[in-house]
Amino acid sequence: MSAFRTCPSTGLKVHGQADALIKANAVAATVALLVGGVAAILVLLTRWQAVHLLEATMFYRMLTVHGMNMLIFFIIFFEMAVLYFASAVLLNARVPAPKTGWVAFALMVVGTLMVEWTMWTGRADVLFTSYVPLRAHPLFYLGVIFFAVGALTVVGHFFAILVVAKREMTYDGSVPLVTYGALTAAIIAAVTLLHGAIIYIPTFLWSLDMMGLDPQVYRMVWWGLGHSSQQINVAAMVSIWYLLAALTVGGVVLNEKVSRSAFVLYILFISMASAHHLLVDPGMGPSWKVWNTSYFMYMAVMASMLHGFTVPAGIELGLRLRGATQGLFGWLTRAPWGDPGFSSLVFSLVVFGFVGGITGVTFGTEQINIIAHNTLRIPGHFHATVVSGTAMAFMGITYYVIPLIFRREIAFYPIAKIQPYVFAIGMLIFSMSMTFAGSFGVPRRHWDTTFTGAPFRPEFSPAVDLVVGVMGVGGLIAIVGGAMYILVTVWSVFFGKRMAPDDSGLGAVGRGLPPGITHPPRALEPADAERLEDRGWLGPVPGTMILVLIFLAAFITYYFVNWKLLSFLWRVG
Amino acid sequence: MTAEVKYRSGIEAPERIWWKKVHKTERVWVWIAFGWSMVLFAMMPLWHFRGGQNPSGIRHTVEPAAYQARVAEFIQQYQVGTDNGFPVVAPPPGSDVYLQSSMWAWLPVLQLQAGSEYVLHLSSIDVNHGFSLYPLNINFQVVPGYDYGLRVTPSETGEFHIICNEFCGVGHHLMVGKIIVVDGASGAGTEGAGGEDAGGDQ
Repeated sequence: MSAFRTCPSTGLKVHGQADALIKANAVAATVALLVGGVAAILVLLTRWQAVHLLEATMFYRMLTVHGMNMLIFFIIFFEMAVLYFASAVLLNARVPAPKTGWVAFALMVVGTLMVEWTMWTGRADVLFTSYVPLRAHPLFYLGVIFFAVGALTVVGHFFAILVVAKREMTYDGSVPLVTYGALTAAIIAAVTLLHGAIIYIPTFLWSLDMMGLDPQVYRMVWWGLGHSSQQINVAAMVSIWYLLAALTVGGVVLNEKVSRSAFVLYILFISMASAHHLLVDPGMGPSWKVWNTSYFMYMAVMASMLHGFTVPAGIELGLRLRGATQGLFGWLTRAPWGDPGFSSLVFSLVVFGFVGGITGVTFGTEQINIIAHNTLRIPGHFHATVVSGTAMAFMGITYYVIPLIFRREIAFYPIAKIQPYVFAIGMLIFSMSMTFAGSFGVPRRHWDTTFTGAPFRPEFSPAVDLVVGVMGVGGLIAIVGGAMYILVTVWSVFFGKRMAPDDSGLGAVGRGLPPGITHPPRALEPADAERLEDRGWLGPVPGTMILVLIFLAAFITYYFVNWKLLSFLWRVG
Repeated sequence: MTAEVKYRSGIEAPERIWWKKVHKTERVWVWIAFGWSMVLFAMMPLWHFRGGQNPSGIRHTVEPAAYQARVAEFIQQYQVGTDNGFPVVAPPPGSDVYLQSSMWAWLPVLQLQAGSEYVLHLSSIDVNHGFSLYPLNINFQVVPGYDYGLRVTPSETGEFHIICNEFCGVGHHLMVGKIIVVDGASGAGTEGAGGEDAGGDQ
């Protein structure tokens, strides 16, 4: 019980077991990112038709490896670290069941190794979705079950930490917003992982020929896992936005009620968001599709639009309260663009909203899905959400986790400073050109779009070749950005300069520490609020209000352009 | 002192009661977001009444073997030629059209008339496949055990390709089919692409 240390930067009391569990999960996440990244290079250089590196079998195998490692192993291991951080660390609480934590971690690692073995040995060439009746080795499904059970245990452990913290009164008032957001991520994770169990246990039995399985039912329940897990990512990512805003610029919460209600909307309205994968499926009728796409209200979209306002508004207000009051956008020019935590936050927010969010809602519309389903528009969309959004935010927070939790300085700090720029620009080019190619009907998950050897050979317009070439270049830039991240984090964690227990890094110059640690935003005083100007309906955050209105205009335009494109097609119904 | 500070960050614990009045600016955005969400919802039912493209269809379950037999019967009934080894089938306007997907082919090649409505049935006899009509970019999921009957009205003449866009194994990229749309006024099955191909391949 004396295993606590006091963080010299934040004053928080950190339990040794929390430190250890965060480190273990973060390292596992980075290993998965490395494996998925190697597969990404191979997949990219094959899809880039001018290069066309791999043979068909190897292409689909690497695509499976890429999907599983990125979307399941990297992201969920990282989220486990986030859960421990947002509960035990932010609440000064102890980890009540460390042994359970390690058993859960071991289960997840064993599950991962089982899946990796089946994939790399060619026993699971079924892609990430493993649509029945494509068949993989039983250990593939069992590995996923092990992984999900381990993750579910961590979620339970997270709830236990909250209970213990409350009972032992380790904090005053309510839990901070970041913990609240992580709590919503954990609740969604519980629902999601239960769907995982509901679908993978029967599929495991089916792979042993012990029961039958309907392909359409599989698709529906599988997406209860597959898409809901993206909602864990969204809730975790938004929590990290608030966290990074607090650490880098002293971002504030305008109104706790609005931000917390928006998190609750995520739980209520995206609980089973599998429907928009089935919009052009034969198993369901229009009323099922319309209802389950929107739950009548599109309240989850509204929730993201609220966070898309409150996060930049919190940044703007945090900076204005500290004196950056010039004009509409003076706060933006005064912001710490050289802080990799801050630049990651901004790119994550902007690309997630403008590219990922707008395309996602548009493609997830029942009828518009006809011109988007299974084309490159879909991976174009989710590389903007889950990679440019979630992974970018995770990268940003890593630059704070390394000094604060691993107690190491960041190695190659100049590389760390430009890494978010390289990664974000690469991913932006990549996902936008992918989306554009998809609107010509270029299919996703396809080895050869010149159709060599096929009985009939459609030819895509030369514009498609150009766009796919741009996609290749963008992808390579993003891979360089990803490699920079892995180099910096792995080197820092294993060989980085250690920080003494009482070393806060305050005021340091020339060390591998982000400005949020060396020159943290000063504490607010009651007098700061009096300096704010209230500009009518633009309120105290006029810059943000202008930015979100630009966002809304882009959203409306893209949405209705797609309806117009749809209306040119043959009548179908 | 902390009690007097109006704003806190997301990592500081707020007071127990955080349910407080929302600033006007934020309220404006909440209502804008809500209004837009309502528009997003309303468009889907609206398009079912006003729009011409909906994924509703006539949906049934079907045994893969039964579907395969139905396709064979359909081909026998309306075949007018072959194209690259595939039967070319010209069903009469208004009829039910059966397209079979399997690893890795679309069967048969269809010859349809512009301006006429058909019920295009899609199903698979093995794994999931994806119907993607190029260059129009019309996409539907094809699931084994399910018959998806879509009422389609081709509105322009020409040759269209069916690309498979759901991963279905290592030969996925080989799976390309064809739909030929001929001018409705000239009559189906007797002339146009089907006739030429019949001569060329036999």
